[in-house]
Amino acid sequence: MPADAGRPARPTATLTERFTGGLAAPICLTWEWTYACNLSCTHCLSSSGRRDPAELTTAEMRAVIDELRSMQVFYVNVGGGEPTVRPDFWELLDYAVASQVGVKFSTNGLRLDAGRARRLAATDYVDVQVSLDGASREVNDAVRGRGSYDMALRAMANLAEAGFANFKISVVMTRHNVPELDEFAALADRFGAQLRITRLRPSGRGADVWPELHPTGRQQREIYRWLVEAGDRVLTGDSFFHLNALGGTLLPGLNLCGAGRVVCLIDPVGDVYACPFAIHDAFKAGTVRAPGGFARVWRTSPLFAELRTETSGGACRSCPEYRACQGGCMAAKFFTGLPLDGPDPECVRGHGADALAAARQARPPHGNDHSHGRVVTLGMPAVGIPAKPCDSSPLVVTSCP
Amino acid sequence: MGFDLHRAYQLNPAVALRPEPFGALAYHFGNRRLSFLKSRRLVTVVRLLDSHDSAASALDAAGVPAGDRARYAAALAALAESEVIDAR
Repeated sequence: MPADAGRPARPTATLTERFTGGLAAPICLTWEWTYACNLSCTHCLSSSGRRDPAELTTAEMRAVIDELRSMQVFYVNVGGGEPTVRPDFWELLDYAVASQVGVKFSTNGLRLDAGRARRLAATDYVDVQVSLDGASREVNDAVRGRGSYDMALRAMANLAEAGFANFKISVVMTRHNVPELDEFAALADRFGAQLRITRLRPSGRGADVWPELHPTGRQQREIYRWLVEAGDRVLTGDSFFHLNALGGTLLPGLNLCGAGRVVCLIDPVGDVYACPFAIHDAFKAGTVRAPGGFARVWRTSPLFAELRTETSGGACRSCPEYRACQGGCMAAKFFTGLPLDGPDPECVRGHGADALAAARQARPPHGNDHSHGRVVTLGMPAVGIPAKPCDSSPLVVTSCP
Repeated sequence: MGFDLHRAYQLNPAVALRPEPFGALAYHFGNRRLSFLKSRRLVTVVRLLDSHDSAASALDAAGVPAGDRARYAAALAALAESEVIDAR
């Protein structure tokens, strides 16, 4: 997030301390528009695949946009599933933009043909984020499925051709693509795009593959060094703040867990969760379908109130690096079965590893699973998925190679 | 051009201010940058810029104490730098 603080007029609380108490509205709202997806990525943090029959209707979506406008949520991160498979996707996009709610949407590239890319390039307040998890076809397709690399590259070429400057290439860092960091940067340069790398979370289906896919300790240090060197040229969605415990330079960003404080998630059926990586009942704060809508959830949810209190730090309190890493990511701890007030599973001081071994049995069951019958098997090409009533129709075509 | 206390400024028309308990968020729809105005008085100053002939006059009107003026001027300079406010 591009954060540029005006100078503090009174040096009372730091900005982070103020955010801890919560804001009038979120700064970074992620809104998943559908659980339907043409892909079946092995690490999908929302366990997407099939459309949920209870998905918000077009009218309900517009009502949420109206509400975001009145709350002055200036932009939303739209994702899914693959959001562009909603038949009303472009209509809703236009409606949001006309309502001064900017949209940055994530896509695997499915719908970004040349004509659509030109229209997007001509629209203000829209940003596009193309997901790509390997700079090479082999590494990408092992996680995202066969054909997904070519689809993403085609979309990127269309955006570049249309003159869409600085669209984002969004990469989830895995054990297999850390060695490709420089190649990702070169790829972004080639398309006039900006690189965004984020942390692999053990959320959704990601829980199943996290143990074998998450970067090694050596690779985490490599990511940190690479990011320090890259500075603010590379976006991270603040996702690597746990690496700040490596000392020295703090990575750019707010450096805190924003769950329920500056961040939250609205899922395709209107449920509100504390963060995009925590689609699980334990982090469900309410629904936009209840009286009072989203604003009421944001302002009065007991869960959010609890998240906005100062955390104790728990087992991390005595660690000299606690202030730098804040104990890491809540979702990463939860989905690996670790206590929320203890070390992050990827704690760079090594405190997570022991805790992980002890917690192996404590992993929570899947929360909200919309997976297709079969997902990408690591290292294997995607397999065809039979059409089901809940699949949105255009999907079926592309998911059956 | 640098910030000049004696010039007239305005809230950039592409910027929206959202009131917050600590002050306000400023969002620039053009460059999509977010700025945090971390005191309510600074928000008052920014809102007063439009109707005053100089930034200094807006500081006076907002009741910024003499001892705080330098800090507020620096804050305004930072806001001008990030195009939250601009000269008019």
